[in-house]
Amino acid sequence: MSLEFSGHPFYGLYNYWIVVFLMMTGFYIVIARGNLIKKVLGLNIFQTSVFLLYITMGKIHGATAPIIPPRLVAEHGLAAEATDHVVQQTETIEAIVYSNPLPSVLMLTAIVVGVATTATALALIVRIREDYGTIEEDEILELDRAS
Amino acid sequence: MIQNNLPVLMIVLPMITAPLCVLVGSRRAAYVMSLVASIATFAMAISMLVTVTQSGPIHYDIGGWKPPYGIEYVVDALSGFVMMFVSGIAAITLIYAPPSVEKEIPQSKHYLFYATFMLCLTGLLGMCATGDLFNVFVFLEISSLSSYALISLGKSRRAPLAALQYLILGSVGATFILIGIGLLYQMTGTLNMADIASRINTVNGPRTLLVAFAFLTIGLFVKMAVFPLHTWLPNAYTYAPSVVTIFVAATATKVSVYAFIRLVYGIITPEFAFGMLPLDSALRVLSLVGIFAASLAAIFQDDVKRLLAYSSVAQLGYMLLGVSMVNETGLTAGIVHMFNHALIKGGLFMVVGCFALRLGSVQLSDWKGAARTMPWTSFAWAVGGLGLIGVPVTAGFISKWLLLTSVFESGRWPVAVMMLISSLLAVIYVWRVVETLYFAEPSALVLKAKEAPLRMLIPTYCLVGATIVFGVWTTYSAGLALNAAVALMGAATP
Repeated sequence: MSLEFSGHPFYGLYNYWIVVFLMMTGFYIVIARGNLIKKVLGLNIFQTSVFLLYITMGKIHGATAPIIPPRLVAEHGLAAEATDHVVQQTETIEAIVYSNPLPSVLMLTAIVVGVATTATALALIVRIREDYGTIEEDEILELDRAS
Repeated sequence: MIQNNLPVLMIVLPMITAPLCVLVGSRRAAYVMSLVASIATFAMAISMLVTVTQSGPIHYDIGGWKPPYGIEYVVDALSGFVMMFVSGIAAITLIYAPPSVEKEIPQSKHYLFYATFMLCLTGLLGMCATGDLFNVFVFLEISSLSSYALISLGKSRRAPLAALQYLILGSVGATFILIGIGLLYQMTGTLNMADIASRINTVNGPRTLLVAFAFLTIGLFVKMAVFPLHTWLPNAYTYAPSVVTIFVAATATKVSVYAFIRLVYGIITPEFAFGMLPLDSALRVLSLVGIFAASLAAIFQDDVKRLLAYSSVAQLGYMLLGVSMVNETGLTAGIVHMFNHALIKGGLFMVVGCFALRLGSVQLSDWKGAARTMPWTSFAWAVGGLGLIGVPVTAGFISKWLLLTSVFESGRWPVAVMMLISSLLAVIYVWRVVETLYFAEPSALVLKAKEAPLRMLIPTYCLVGATIVFGVWTTYSAGLALNAAVALMGAATP
């Protein structure tokens, strides 16, 4: 399926369409919802869409994981004495297309940041619930006006 | 040995201190450790700034990995200057802190407070030191997350809500920055700022560059609290504990301004941002509207912390106004105002902290006639207030003078007129407080109050005095800022 789509101007970028859809969904929830937990959920969706964006840009069509196949390494080690062999082997190694691992690694960091943000937000919501007895933003603001 | 590793040491030191504070768990030990760490950091920052001024930027490869493969830390005239005042404010805030922390934060949480404070400092310094774009995001989140936690420590039940509102807006902003960084990476395949700058094609570049720049700018605008995106700031500053407000108000938004200047001059180039895009006129309009709207809002506040918070939004407008002039003097004015405003606002929030300690209130109506019982604290407000207005012989005047010069250099006299009018608005809100302090009949509460303790007054006077010192003697404020501006302008137009 994906092979047929790969060159298409619209479907070929379907990962990016999913990213944009998720991003806008999350952003809308953050803006439109008054419930603090729902806001945090929206924020999570928003952040997750960015993870997907990064991972998508690291993926190259038809590329493998960025690990030199063990078979090649073994042969390379054996043929190290004969120079022509080495040249040949290097060519085979260079013929393999690898995906870019860096975006995925960056996203590991971003996921940690996202978890920390969510944890902080939830901790704050617990305190708000203890103090106000509600997590609906409009009710909290009303309580604030009353006091 | 130590000299060579300074760029990373001054970030690692507060970072290590934070978990140590938690592990030790005693509030006295935590305080001493974080005080020592922040003073050491300040010393390191000064020593680095001296090296940078004498022999040019320091490049440090983390772990010995050469950039662009490894992460590089770059300390140049601009980042060295910003790191110097951020660590300086941190040290002086910690000297001031104990009595105020004692009163405003539950004892069981003191060691956590100092640990979080150290983390916030780590994040802010890291943002300045790093030459790697993704690292900027990570440090931005370290400083933001710790400042959310610090703000939520406020006594009022509104503090957690203010912190959560800041968290939501701040996270959206940070995620925008992350998207922008991702798009830049997609175009260039590198995260090193200098490397991105050399690989990017700003003249006939892809549309992606525009989108990336837009995301980064909006994200940083949220963090800077530029006028229409400032809504998180007044509540956050008002309900945070006094000590937190001093530190965050004096440093956090400035570091974001630094990141923005670095983005425009170090990566995107001003030709693209200001020449091909009308960002300079957009900035001018936003900052002028922000200056007026926020100053007007400040006039009508009864809560002094909120008054100063709105004033911060207005003052940020002056910094961006300087940047938007796109000339050397303007950039110098923007950079030096970061420094001067850190001193002035830090000093004024310290005064508020002193009153909060003795009177237990930051409402203007509770401060009536306080000059009789707390003359020194009140006088500090008057001096700091003059700086905020920009009266000659104060630091505020230096930045406004440079700004006016740059405005005239670029021939935009209506902007100059609006600047002068906006200074009058500052006179009104500073005067309201002075009038209440000196010319109102004191209440029973005020008559019983004692002068603030010396260990709070001395740091307050250090900052307030510094605004006078740097209003007369500008070698190490405007001089260093000019160095930074020349270096930036030179790098941007090779």
